This record gives sequence, structure tokens and C-alpha cells, in this order.
Amino acid sequence: MPLDENEIRRVAVLARLHLGEDEVARLTGDLGRILGFVGKLAELDTSDIEPTSHVVAMSTPYREDEVTTGGDPDSAITNAPRRDGHYFVVPRIIE
Amino acid sequence: MSRLDELSIEEASRRLASREISSRELTEACLARIEVTEPKVGSFLEVTAQLARQQADDADRRLAATGTRTSDTTALTGIPIALKDIFLTKDVRTTCASRILENFIPTFDATVVARLRRAGAVLLGKLNMDEFAMGSSCENSAMQLTRNPWKLDRVPGGSSGGSATCVAAHQALGSFGTDTGGSIRLPAAFCGVAGIKPTYGRVSRYGVIAFASSLDQVGPMASTTRGAALLLQTVAGKDPLDSTSIDAPVPDYAGAIGTAPTVKGLRIGIPREYFVEGLDADVEAAVRAAIGKLQDLGATIVEVTLPHTEYAVATYYIVATAEASSNLGRYDGVRYGRRRGEEQGLRDMYGESREQGFGAEVKRRIMLGTYVLSAGYYDAYYSKAMRVRTLIRRDFEQAFERCDVIATPTAPATAFEIGSRTDDPLKMYLSDILTISVNLAGLPGMSIPCGLDSAGLPIGLQLIGKPLDELTLLRTAAAYEDSCHWHRVSAELKP
Repeated sequence: MPLDENEIRRVAVLARLHLGEDEVARLTGDLGRILGFVGKLAELDTSDIEPTSHVVAMSTPYREDEVTTGGDPDSAITNAPRRDGHYFVVPRIIE
Repeated sequence: MSRLDELSIEEASRRLASREISSRELTEACLARIEVTEPKVGSFLEVTAQLARQQADDADRRLAATGTRTSDTTALTGIPIALKDIFLTKDVRTTCASRILENFIPTFDATVVARLRRAGAVLLGKLNMDEFAMGSSCENSAMQLTRNPWKLDRVPGGSSGGSATCVAAHQALGSFGTDTGGSIRLPAAFCGVAGIKPTYGRVSRYGVIAFASSLDQVGPMASTTRGAALLLQTVAGKDPLDSTSIDAPVPDYAGAIGTAPTVKGLRIGIPREYFVEGLDADVEAAVRAAIGKLQDLGATIVEVTLPHTEYAVATYYIVATAEASSNLGRYDGVRYGRRRGEEQGLRDMYGESREQGFGAEVKRRIMLGTYVLSAGYYDAYYSKAMRVRTLIRRDFEQAFERCDVIATPTAPATAFEIGSRTDDPLKMYLSDILTISVNLAGLPGMSIPCGLDSAGLPIGLQLIGKPLDELTLLRTAAAYEDSCHWHRVSAELKP
């Protein structure tokens, strides 16, 4: 199935990537070829096969609901590109 | 052997314990070696010399108390090692070789790092890698090029390239990397060192920057199998901070290997799908010779089949990119990392921060992963790949009914030339064709050196084991090592 540039632009919006036009063109070719390659899987009949999402069989782990010191707000915020006290600052989100 | 930086971990550990050498001397030898070799090799993104000297002096104080009531030393106390720049190290910059994290200073240690610190290991620095561990050559680092110490115009393999080169160039006695599709075993093979990818869940991933969470696993590299075993047993085991870590006892690997490991009675499976057209003749000859050696040592060779091998790379590049596109959603310029374009509002800030922060391969994989998870394509790609993953797992379950360990080449060829595969992502992906199934099945795998090709480049023997049976891999590898000299041949750092 050939990919077109509009499809790549649509996916870039979902992926939150501001791709340049040259990147759109290159990725259209690259992803098209990679998808062509992975299309090989269609050769296999997997209708009766259970999917593997995780190799270790496990149930949801539970722990005691105990009070801990938790994270330290001062250190949690040290890598923020912009901050105000203990808050992350972002551009206005409601117009 | 006169130079301290050339010692194996087990030998250095013995000399430290007997006080023949000090950790400070050993650490200074490694730092001096880094100084001389780093311009050629480029393993390190950061050398933590001051921290290393301080930790070495602490280790020497601990070692001086050996035999007293307060003694708390381990086999790693005073051993200088280095870490892939994917492990969070408190107060030491951690970039994952990405521009988006170029100024990131973690406020806590990964569990692996905390356990190494507690054991008394000395941290020499942080190592180069493919950006976010996405690559097979280390060429996708946004920071620098790392060269293969055996031939400087060759790649070291990836993604844990620096982890392999620092051991091969004797800059550190051991290192840690991560392996999602071959990222420990491939560079170990290309650089002629021992590297283990343990069973999925064997080692905690807490504080390890995530790539593909159902595949990622932490593991060590060292010049010898016994050295790698000492590193592994220090970090393995259940961690309450990683709910996917497995609660199973961790054997004393080094003790269990002992001085005279044997493969008598061991059944070694040879999968015919791993010895097919496209396999380099020198690689095939060396690997078959290694298998012959194991047979001479008393192992039984059985032919096994892994019929879905040819679908592994395709399955992997759907599963891994899907998981990566989700994991890398966190780099949005809000809480940490590079922020760009905030003048135009939140959406543009996300798009610009990510566009400018990520390199070409990372964007390619995010795009592919987003595509295969998007409405209308999920069933055809992601759901399909998860089902084929089941078939690949079953292949191994069936093969292991007939054998105890599987032996194959680690890679179809030796280290390729820098720049020779960067224009063709598919060709690069196929470098992992012999390692990738092991991650999909969650099994332990390791690579040890088993020869040199006609160009003088190392060849890797891959051993694959049953779930949680790292010990059989290590014993087999150690028995082989004891019968040959490949792990003692050193890279010469020549063009």
C-alpha cells in the first residue's frame, strides 16, 4: 500500500512533530519502503493465534496503601524549562 | 599483563581484595587510558573523573577494613566501570545522546546505578549510544561519533556502542548497556567483548530511559564472561520500583561458574535458519569452529528449527516503534528537556520542541509507531505483529524441548564501515536479524568473541538460553573461553 505525503502529514500531527517539507518527502519514501517490508507478515495466517503483548505472565501488582515521603517538589521541578515556584509554566491553553 | 587497565574484573577484584593494588591506582590507570585513547575512539559523553577518584578512595577505605567486623566489600568494590548514557545518574548529566535531553540532570539514580554504588563500583563516566537506543551502529548519536577500536573506520555496533568500545579499548573494566533488539550483543560482537542481555525482567528498568517497554532489558559487558557475571549478579533481582522485574532468586553466577566449568552432557541446539545465505563466510567458519570446540568439550549438538525467524525483524519494527512512539510522548517541552516555539502556543510548542529535539531516526520511528497504532491500521500492523510474536515465542519453546542452549552467530557479518548504511534504514535494521527474536521471546542471550575475520575484526558467538537460565549461558561461555584465547586478544586502535 503506497503512502502519500498527506498521510505522512496526518501522522505527523498525531505524533506532534512539526516536520519540514523535505522531511515529509523523505519520510514518505522511507515509511513506504519499511511498510512494504513489514507487509511480509500478511503471509502468515494468525487468525487462531493469541497476541503477545508482554512475555512475562503477570497480574496487576498491588502494594499496601502506606504514606511515604513521596517525591520532593523542589527536585521534581529542577529540570523544567520554565517554572514558577512549584509549578510548570506553559503557554496559555484557553484562547 | 602489566597494565592495570587491561585486567579482567575478576583478576582486579582479587588483587584489590589482597591489597596488591588500590582502587585509586586502578582508577587512575583507566583515567590515563581514557585520556590517551578517547580522541581516537570517542566512547564517553562525559568522564566523571572527580567522582571516580572520590569513589575509588571510598572503596580503598572499605577494602582496608576487609576481614574486620565492619567489612562490607563486594567483588565490585573499587572496580572502575562506565554506563550507557541511558541510565539516570543523580547529579550527573544524562542525555540518551539526544539534543532533547542535552541539559538533563537527573535528581535520582536508576536502581542499577544505586546497586552499583552500594556495591562500591567506581563510575568513570557516561557512554555514547544511538539516540534513545535506536540504532545498530552508534551513528545515530546526536552528540558524537564512536569508532571501533579494532579498526577505526568501522562502526562499534549499537545501540550500546560506547559500552562496548570502552571495554575493548581498556578504558573501563566493565560497562552496562541496554538491549531492545540486539543493542548489547551486537556491539559486544563487533568489538570483541562479552555482553549479556538477561531474561526480560531479570534486571530492574527503574530509572532507565524507556524505548520499547516490552523488550528493553539492562545488561553488562566485560572482557571476560566471569567479569560480566560479577556485574550481572550485582544488579539482577526484583525491584519494588519496577513492577515488571521478576521475583526469582539470583544465583551466585561467578561462584557457580567456578574454576572448571563443564559443558559435558549439555545439549546445544543449532537453528538452521541462522546459517543461511548472506552469512559471511569467515563468520560462519568461526562460529562452526566454536560449536565444534564445545562438542570436543563434551556437549551434544542437536539441530533445531526456528521457522518464524524470517518474520522477526518485521515484527520487531512494528512492536518496538509502536511502544517507542508512546514512550517518547513524554518529551513535550513541559517538565524537562528542550523547549522551543512557545510564542505560538501549546500545540506549536510541542511540535517545535520535538521537531528540533529529536534526530532523524528517532522521528522516523515515532512516525512509524504512530502510523501502525493509528485508526484503520492497528489490526493490519500492530495486532498482527503481536500475534506473530506469539509464533516466534513458540518456536523457542519447542526448540528448548530438545536442547538446553542455542548457539548461533551474533551478527551476519563483522563491523561495517562508518557511513555505509546510514542512507538506508532497512539495511541498518537488518543488522539485528540474528539478535532480535531473543527480545521478542524475552529470553536471555549473550555474545562472546570466537574469532577474527580476514580483516582482523572480531566475530561473535551468540548463546541463547531458557527463561531465567542465564547461568547455563554463562557456564557454557566460560567453558568455551577457558579453552581458547579470543577474549585475550586486544584491539590495537589502528585505522
